[in-house]
Amino acid sequence: MIPEIGHFALILALPVAVCTGVLALWGAQQGRLAWIALAKPGTLAMALLVGVSYLCLTWAFIQNDFSVQYVARQSSSLLPLVYRVAGVWGGHEGSLLLWLLMLVGWATLARFCSRALPGAMQARVLGVLCLAAAGFLLFVLLTSNPFLRLIPGAAEGRELNPMLQDPGLVIHPPLLYMGYVGFSVTYAFAVAALISGQLDAAWARWSRPWTLAAWIFLTLGIAVGSWWAYYELGWGGWWFWDPVENASFMPWLSGTALLHSLAVTEKRGSFKNWTVLLAVSTFSLSLLGAFLVRSGVLTSVHAFATDPARGVAILVFLVVVIGASLALFVWRAPKVGLGGRFGLFSRESLLLVNNLLLVAAVGTVLLGTLYPLIVDALGVGKISVGAPYFNTVFAPIMAPLLFLIGVGPFVRWKQDDWRATARLLAWPLAAAIVAASIFPIFAAWTVGLEFRFMVVLGLALALWIALAALFHLLRQARATRGDGGLFASLARQPRHFWGMHVAHIGVAVFVAGVTIVGAHEEEKDVRMAPGDSVSVAGHSFRLLGVKQVQGPNYTAWQGEVELSRNDRFQRRLYPEKRFYHSSAMPMTEAAIDAGFLRDVYVSLGEPIDRARPEGEWAVRVYYKPLVDWIWGGCVLMALGGLLAASDRRYRNKPRKTGKPV
Amino acid sequence: MKARHQRLLLIAAALAALGLIAFFVFSALNENMAFFYAPTDVKAGKAPKNKLFRIGGLVQTGSVQREADGVTARFIISDTAESVAVRYRGILPDLFSEGKGVVAQGRLNDEGIFIAQEVLAKHDENYMPPEAAQALQKAHETGVSQMPPPSP
Repeated sequence: MIPEIGHFALILALPVAVCTGVLALWGAQQGRLAWIALAKPGTLAMALLVGVSYLCLTWAFIQNDFSVQYVARQSSSLLPLVYRVAGVWGGHEGSLLLWLLMLVGWATLARFCSRALPGAMQARVLGVLCLAAAGFLLFVLLTSNPFLRLIPGAAEGRELNPMLQDPGLVIHPPLLYMGYVGFSVTYAFAVAALISGQLDAAWARWSRPWTLAAWIFLTLGIAVGSWWAYYELGWGGWWFWDPVENASFMPWLSGTALLHSLAVTEKRGSFKNWTVLLAVSTFSLSLLGAFLVRSGVLTSVHAFATDPARGVAILVFLVVVIGASLALFVWRAPKVGLGGRFGLFSRESLLLVNNLLLVAAVGTVLLGTLYPLIVDALGVGKISVGAPYFNTVFAPIMAPLLFLIGVGPFVRWKQDDWRATARLLAWPLAAAIVAASIFPIFAAWTVGLEFRFMVVLGLALALWIALAALFHLLRQARATRGDGGLFASLARQPRHFWGMHVAHIGVAVFVAGVTIVGAHEEEKDVRMAPGDSVSVAGHSFRLLGVKQVQGPNYTAWQGEVELSRNDRFQRRLYPEKRFYHSSAMPMTEAAIDAGFLRDVYVSLGEPIDRARPEGEWAVRVYYKPLVDWIWGGCVLMALGGLLAASDRRYRNKPRKTGKPV
Repeated sequence: MKARHQRLLLIAAALAALGLIAFFVFSALNENMAFFYAPTDVKAGKAPKNKLFRIGGLVQTGSVQREADGVTARFIISDTAESVAVRYRGILPDLFSEGKGVVAQGRLNDEGIFIAQEVLAKHDENYMPPEAAQALQKAHETGVSQMPPPSP
């Protein structure tokens, strides 16, 4: 009965969403207040119905209702409760329902947090969000209904893919989807502004906190996904340029460009058309990501069992979204005007270069991701584009971008003197280059690490960004010092200012991590019998033995490994090879000793002699210097975003305009 | 007029930068893409000699062996019509097993053994890499194989 209620609520949500969307948009256009007034309760009703539907599916999972096809496929009664709740989004149908839940969640937030907007504008934003939700509702109901019954019901479920039975499943998809879907709000703002012709500073100011919020979630979602892949897949890599990773990275790059372009639009009124295009393309790239994951056109870690109908449905949706927005854009853009003028050396120019580089980065990722599809469609053959392509292409695009991060904040809007800026920044730049050279030369001289130019470049850029950010913070604090001390002045600086620098320092930390782990990681695949040792970068691993252990729904071979450094005992590590009862597939659980400066990582490959798993094993050990800085940097970026989004001027907005609800 | 000239200059610089980027990107793409070949193609000599490529099919049952170091594996990838010997040093992915679909990336050596740098098996036991499935399908359609193709 409960699943039918869920299904029914979902069906009911569709007409509610369509009616609210159409009436709100039409009403706003015609100035009919009664229709405009429908937008808010309509949005809430839609959100409520989708929420009920989502809860019903969760209930079916908790109750082990295996008469529901989706539950029978994704869960089992042995599955721990937390994975039954998270298992809702462990497969295609449920994850779409989660996507939908987040979309209506964002719409609800937009309903409550947009009081400062004029009524018609608010109705347009909610209307666009309702129509987007309607598209997804249609998609779920027609191609991916999670409430289908299995007749007769199964006695036991087929269990969640063991790879997904991990805390990563609980955190990663919700964060990522919040990010993906969050850009729908920015998109709705852009479309609403285009319809009304009000592409102005106020529009940019409304859009900024929403864009930031979505960007924060996306940043964290991608970081958690990367971390999950790192410890779960047992290959020790943190980024594989897998098509689905790329699918999440493209909206991130585009969203980052959008953040910076919005800053120009808000402060100077320039780049308006460009900002709108970025808002549209960021959301479209999110949808493209959904298409790539769902349609199964690309081979990937994330490929669910595939169904061409779903791919076609999303493609149609994508074409409608992009086509309609571009048509609207072509119709409206000529009226927008150019906004403030700016000189060749100004903050606007630098942000323009930032945007061009980020968009070029999106283009290269898009090309590398879709090229196999294009070649396949042309019938030339089947190809794959490897990680070296992305690494080769990314370095020359990112290096100038990273350099400009340090320069940007020092340059004034409109026009600045490049000679004065160069004089000002010569010292921090020189300091960064010298410091970055000392470390690799010293390391090459003392411990014989190979000297590489890329390490110097990466470290110099990281140090440069960090030094420039600190320098700028201090300069700003001194300039606005007043009576109090320097620290009081620092604490007084607005949050958006701090946010910018914290996020930029996050980039520096990230770049340092990527550089060092890329150049100096070490790995060894060895055959080990109990008692054997292997050593990597001064860390020695001794396999004490392998024994069998029982988990709730699996049996595992657990190795006991003693880690010591320079002959001093550090700790014991317990890598596992798990065999889940429900599936024939083994699972590698790596054991990681994480640290500020390095991770060491052990995973069990397979027994050399299958008949004697207590004996010899193929074992893989890694030494990963600074690898945790990669995710630490992402967390700092997200924190910077949070600081910026919580800035006063966004919070005070309702009082200033003082428009009643 | 000056401001307009400056903008033109800016646009020209941006276009030049984009052109340069495009050049980089396409040369990198050319160097780093790997074509896919079925064992039948490899045996027919269609695969490139000194270039990275991918091969896919089924891991032949009973063919997996380990060399003395314990971490180098030898096995045979077959599309049910032809087969190619593969050598891989490293730990095989969890889902690698005999009789299952697999895709490997690497080069052919002079003796016709495929030296794999990467072995990919996907993360769901019911999932067949599309390239592997297609190789089997093709071998079946051309009539060289008597075995029915697996359902993808």
